[in-house]
Amino acid sequence: MTLHNVGRPTRPQAAASDGHASLTGARGLLQDEPLLFELGGWEKTGVDLPAPEHDASDLGDLVRAAPIGLPGLSEPEAMRHYVRLSQKNHAIDLALYPLGSCTMKHNPRLNEKMARLAGFADLHPLQPQSTTQGALQLMDRLAHWLKTLTGMPAVALSPKAGAHGELCGLLAIRAAHEAAGHGHRRRVLVPTSAHGTNPATAAFVGYSVTEIAQTDDGRVDLSDLESKLSDDVAAIMVTNPNTCGLFERDILEISRLTHEAGAYFYCDGANFNAIVGRVRPGDLGVDAMHINLHKTFSTPHGGGGPGAGPVVLSAALAPFAPAPWVVHGEGGLHLVEEAIDEAAQAFGRMCAFQGQMGMFVRAYAYMRSHGADGLRQVAEDAVLNANYIKARLSSVMTPAFPEGPCMHEALFDDSWLEDTGITTLDFAKAMIDEGFHPMTMYFPLVVHGAMLIEPTETESKRELDRFCDALEALAQAAKAGDAERFKGAPYLAPLRRLDETLAARKPKLTWRPEPTTVAPAPLAAE
Amino acid sequence: MRYLPLTPDDRAEMLGVIGAPSVDELFKDVPAAARAQDLFDLPLHAGELEVERELGQLAALNRPAGDGPFFCGAGAYRHHVPATVDHVIQRSEFLTSYTPYQPEIAQGTLQVLFEFQTQVAALTGLDVANASMYDGSTACAEAVMMAQRVTRREKAILSGGLHPHYAATTQTIAHAEGMEIVRQSAAVDAEAAVIAAIDAETACVVVQTPNVFGVVTDVTRIAEAAHAAGALLIVVTTEAVSYGLLKSPGEMGADIAVAEGQSIGNALNYGGPYVGLFACREKLVRQMPGRLCGETVDAEGRRGYVLTLSTREQHIRREKATSNICTNSGLCALAFTIHLSLLGETGLRQLAALNHGRARELKAALAGVAGVEVLTPRFFNEVAVRVPGDAAALVEALLADGVVAGVPYSRLDPHAGLDDVLLLAATETTTSDDIAALVAALQRKIGR
Repeated sequence: MTLHNVGRPTRPQAAASDGHASLTGARGLLQDEPLLFELGGWEKTGVDLPAPEHDASDLGDLVRAAPIGLPGLSEPEAMRHYVRLSQKNHAIDLALYPLGSCTMKHNPRLNEKMARLAGFADLHPLQPQSTTQGALQLMDRLAHWLKTLTGMPAVALSPKAGAHGELCGLLAIRAAHEAAGHGHRRRVLVPTSAHGTNPATAAFVGYSVTEIAQTDDGRVDLSDLESKLSDDVAAIMVTNPNTCGLFERDILEISRLTHEAGAYFYCDGANFNAIVGRVRPGDLGVDAMHINLHKTFSTPHGGGGPGAGPVVLSAALAPFAPAPWVVHGEGGLHLVEEAIDEAAQAFGRMCAFQGQMGMFVRAYAYMRSHGADGLRQVAEDAVLNANYIKARLSSVMTPAFPEGPCMHEALFDDSWLEDTGITTLDFAKAMIDEGFHPMTMYFPLVVHGAMLIEPTETESKRELDRFCDALEALAQAAKAGDAERFKGAPYLAPLRRLDETLAARKPKLTWRPEPTTVAPAPLAAE
Repeated sequence: MRYLPLTPDDRAEMLGVIGAPSVDELFKDVPAAARAQDLFDLPLHAGELEVERELGQLAALNRPAGDGPFFCGAGAYRHHVPATVDHVIQRSEFLTSYTPYQPEIAQGTLQVLFEFQTQVAALTGLDVANASMYDGSTACAEAVMMAQRVTRREKAILSGGLHPHYAATTQTIAHAEGMEIVRQSAAVDAEAAVIAAIDAETACVVVQTPNVFGVVTDVTRIAEAAHAAGALLIVVTTEAVSYGLLKSPGEMGADIAVAEGQSIGNALNYGGPYVGLFACREKLVRQMPGRLCGETVDAEGRRGYVLTLSTREQHIRREKATSNICTNSGLCALAFTIHLSLLGETGLRQLAALNHGRARELKAALAGVAGVEVLTPRFFNEVAVRVPGDAAALVEALLADGVVAGVPYSRLDPHAGLDDVLLLAATETTTSDDIAALVAALQRKIGR
């Protein structure tokens, strides 16, 4: 299987600027914003704190002597710095954010308001449990919803992100094999179309990874799977719907074969939003599946996180779930923080405390807002929107898998760009000039020049039409030979194409003062 | 349903364009046996008012830390966060943006990450920092695995002063990776025992300062011993405000510093989301886990920022990746950066000094209670005390007086045999009245 992410051009190509330059270098209201370190003052501060009443003489030579090197800003300066920076970001609140496999949907502000209630936000993870009964109830209700929606008997809430959930699921699988005396099972099967975290996680847990081929219609190749199942296989990791945006039609067969071989079935639940309310992974024979709360249940991504990745577990794996978990007991709910008696088989602990409580509140608010009926509608609308995009764009772009419906994302390849001299990357950058965030590019790796578009359920038909109209126009420009529009793009973003090669070759990861800059004087002793 | 914009007419029209008779047709690849026919047994959709009411009722069953005298620390700290911080992180362009995969339209997030990395490097006294980890405990586990990659050795020594949850997390994850984890017994002054355990097989030594009992330690000698044996020193800090007053891990010889950044800019959140800080020496950077943001130029030569060194990462290297992490705590890192730039050098030092001062006042007050023995010799903002009897029962009893008296050590590690040890933290939010209330309650309960 060839992987098609190699050799994509990242070096910027010089292109003439289109025009008018201001006298100051600013672009109208879009200001260039220096780094904090160039703006701030060493003695400046944006907080008013009382003078300390006690000295630190009892700490002796442990007290920091040299300056730290942290500039400060007054409150208005800080406000302006970060607001100006914010204006250089695209966001889901500005327009469609069609990143396939990443799921950017509306982030309701009700969720934010609820997570900021003092009863949740100002709660210490180790204060007495009798003072956190509401938080434990919320965790218990969230667990109930997750178990019901997935048809699975148990859930581990603590994993902090999807990939952390994968790790949790595989650790449970490993623990179960070891408990059964099957420690010799050291191999994990992963389809070539899997998220990169799947093989990375399996390797991380000490497994060797065997790839499973894909059929021409984008599904797991059953005969390849059968030939690779043997008594040293610990698990298979399948994403369903998969990263080509397709439902694994043979999922029941995959599950049966896996179990017959004595292995466990791990499902990457990143795309659960496509089937929530319509399909219960437990009915498919899944043993473990992480659920990206930030994807299916709309917690904010915040420029890369925090995420949350609870893992649902089958009866076979449930006893191995990591601490902590909530149990019903005398006098209310109880948080089991260390498995002493209750479940001696727990494989350990994923992180210091209870997991992403702030995200639990947001996800639960989203679930309650939709209800059982709304969540089913979520899956239907997500799938309808993706199929609509696929149908509308099929006349100008080439769907990677034209036959049959897709699920929540529409996948195109770059064969329609053949002979134009324009790459997927160029096309994506030109979308920026049209006011859209590009789709996911060059993923999944099994499709040449992949363009993966995921609209989600919270896009209106009007916005989808606006998007499709723009892409149609761009596609026609590409086919008409207007290569310059693409090779130099983006022209209208805060910056032109960035040199990723230079960044990697000569990494500059922190700001350092220019040699001529005078170092700040040490602060006077307090 | 207020979040779903499609009308029935839209849906019908769209199905027409697709050429499908019904939405069910779009799910035809799902085996019939696996399709749920009915709605699941869960409540139906609820209006905003109804959801607010339910969550408000749940929140009201909890006792927020700010409701009265409160002394819990042990890895999570209650600090005052300026209003500006939460306002800025709720701006749509930060809150609802994604991983900056398209740098031309994500310079806001990227420049913030570059500033964050620089701040963390400065605080820890090391050369480079990444764009954040899930939290301090997972950062600690990742640091141990990074030491394995760097030294190609399999043994990690965890000090008995390391937060037990950090030790457990590291044990769980690093053990899975095949490492031998030597966890030393819990002891207030645990760092002294570390040097003796270092041998030629040791990949790294993990030491926490201030440690879980609040003790601050000069780890310079441990660094020397580790380096002499070819091992790395990992220094863990759970209270990032302490960086403002104390010598940095880098100054004391650490190769890797990891910390919980929650204290700066982030609420307690009942344990998460938090923000892990991770810094190391420059020569180790290619073995560092997590995201990195680097400076570069655009096609017109203007300065800009991109995610970089992704050749270490899972989406390129798959099963050979440095770690499986594919995210950072972006929004929490943003909050950290904003709060820290409001503080600046002057503000952070002052905040740290205030915290220490409050803790000195707390310690002096505790020392005056008959039956309470202060165990921590040198501390930043947290002390361990020995109380008569079971510390957990005492904390529960003091609730009747409205005082949350701290974290019983047994809550962190029930096996340590330290059931009579209580950890108490004071921060700038702690008042003299809070301390007086604590002392009065303690005297009532154990004075008899």
